Amino acid sequence: MANRFSIKHQPGFTAIAATCFIVLYLPIVVLVIYAFNAATSTSEWGGFSLKWFQSAWQNTQVIDATLRSFQIGATAAVFSTIFATMAALATTRTAPYPGLTFKYAAINQPLMVPEIVTGVALLIFFSRIKIFTGYSGLGYLIAAHTAFCIPFAYLPIRARLENMDLTLERAAADLYATPWRTFRRITLPLLWPGILAGLMLAFVISLDDVVITEFVKSGGQDTLPTYMLGQIRRGITPEINAISTVFLLLSVAIVTLFFFISRKHA
Amino acid sequence: MPDKPDRNAIEVVKVSKIFGSGEGQVAALDTVSVSIRENEFFTLLGPSGCGKTTLLRLIAGFDFPTAGEILLYGQDIAPLPPFKRPVNTVFQSYALFPHMTVAENIGFGLEMLGKPKAEIKARVDAMLKLVKMEALSARRTSQISGGQQQRVALARALAPQPKVLLLDEPLSALDYKLRKEMQIELKRLQHETGITFIFVTHDQEEALTMSDRIAVMSSGKILQVGSPRDIYDRPSERFVADFIGESNFLKAEVVGVSAGRATVKLSSGTEIPASLPEGLVPKGKVTIVVRPEHAQLSAASPSASLSGTVENIVYLGTDTHFHLRLADGEPFIVRRQNSRGTGDGIVQGGKVGILIGGDAAQVLKD
Repeated sequence: MANRFSIKHQPGFTAIAATCFIVLYLPIVVLVIYAFNAATSTSEWGGFSLKWFQSAWQNTQVIDATLRSFQIGATAAVFSTIFATMAALATTRTAPYPGLTFKYAAINQPLMVPEIVTGVALLIFFSRIKIFTGYSGLGYLIAAHTAFCIPFAYLPIRARLENMDLTLERAAADLYATPWRTFRRITLPLLWPGILAGLMLAFVISLDDVVITEFVKSGGQDTLPTYMLGQIRRGITPEINAISTVFLLLSVAIVTLFFFISRKHA
Repeated sequence: MPDKPDRNAIEVVKVSKIFGSGEGQVAALDTVSVSIRENEFFTLLGPSGCGKTTLLRLIAGFDFPTAGEILLYGQDIAPLPPFKRPVNTVFQSYALFPHMTVAENIGFGLEMLGKPKAEIKARVDAMLKLVKMEALSARRTSQISGGQQQRVALARALAPQPKVLLLDEPLSALDYKLRKEMQIELKRLQHETGITFIFVTHDQEEALTMSDRIAVMSSGKILQVGSPRDIYDRPSERFVADFIGESNFLKAEVVGVSAGRATVKLSSGTEIPASLPEGLVPKGKVTIVVRPEHAQLSAASPSASLSGTVENIVYLGTDTHFHLRLADGEPFIVRRQNSRGTGDGIVQGGKVGILIGGDAAQVLKD
């Protein structure tokens, strides 16, 4: 019996698994259902309607915040992935040396320092820069997002690099490829699934951020999450549910897309 | 074997490679010098950790020597990076590029050398033909078998027509039958391309089968360089005799030396002739080596070189091993080829004589 010790056969396994899934997904299912509520309440069902989707679509503030979120997310994801790729190469394509662990910690710092601390620090830091330069555009949000996205992009890229056979790069060098061409023709194509995973993760993390954005943003720079938070303070309508539902679908679509792209490359 | 021109493709001059520093430093290679001739199938043979792969890596350029020179047709290549050396490697793990087809893998080196497309195509086709892989040129390297990957790795390394081809235990991942086939295949490729091959292995049989010359290595040093027959028949040191084939080691005393040969007295008191390693003038107590198939059994008699008791008889089909115990308590093995017929009266526990012929014994340096 190959499966005798399988965890699936332990008593209570199914019940525990089912409970976990219900706790995770039931609230989301309820949220999605109430996005189609004809009534103005998020708890009393008043029949099926698409009106909240329509109202969200016609709400220029929602559209602005969404576009801003995408703009910040895309830019921050690209920059953080470039930095993360360079960091991953520098920390794996070298013999271990004293201080390497410290560098890992420095790169992964945003995962360890509480977001609220980073938020406050950036608020103070950027306000000084704003006074000196007079610039108050999206650059501050992009810079902040890039910084905290780096570890999320770094981890899958580094994992991919660590599993890559170093002999391949050596073989390319042996076959007359200069270090740059070895990188372009061998390392980069083989690293591509890791880079895509990093890019996707960074994008989704940026899209989702509230705490740091809330501290760094200037007036009129709401992203979709900070806009939604602001709306909820004034009272919830199913419009929030509708926006969340679209947001959810978009995230799932992006993750699925990247999954298939990276699987094709792997 | 046709006469080879006496031109050296590679000269390794007093090369040392030291890893680590201070107390923990290890000499992977200790002032090694060796010359590898043009068009030669040269094997570096030794146990793991003897420095053979380190030497190969230094020639390939994946590592740089701590001291010494590596000359390729007279030019010192030791400081050059690998992509500037006209030397290619077949890796133990093959290291085929998984995101490229068989043909793209083979053409990679030529592409990096900036050859025109038409030339690359012609050369890749010729290589595919050489290793009999024409049918699989469009396959991904993950879609072909281990033996086929081996052929692609060979074709890829041969395609840019390197001055020297380095092979790092390329057959170790193959099963026995395929390994035998590839041994013959490698010899054929070397012959057809005329490229100097430097082959690294820990497998003595592989080394004996394929090589023109073998360098036996141990603990970062080259102990002996010679043809397979030299190495097998005339081992210069105990390690070489022990590592390649089976050996009987006997204590003896030198009683006379003349014209490169010695007369030694065995423990039984019998005096026999023995060959000497080059440059050795032995004195006093020495160790001599006798291969099990170079000694004969006889009836116990005073005219035999040695006498002993039969402890064990092992029948192996093609030949029989007689495990003997000599009068002085040392073990001795005699191997005899079998022929059809009945036994010859040698039985376990019986007394036998051992004859060591005129050319069977070799004095060791240590």
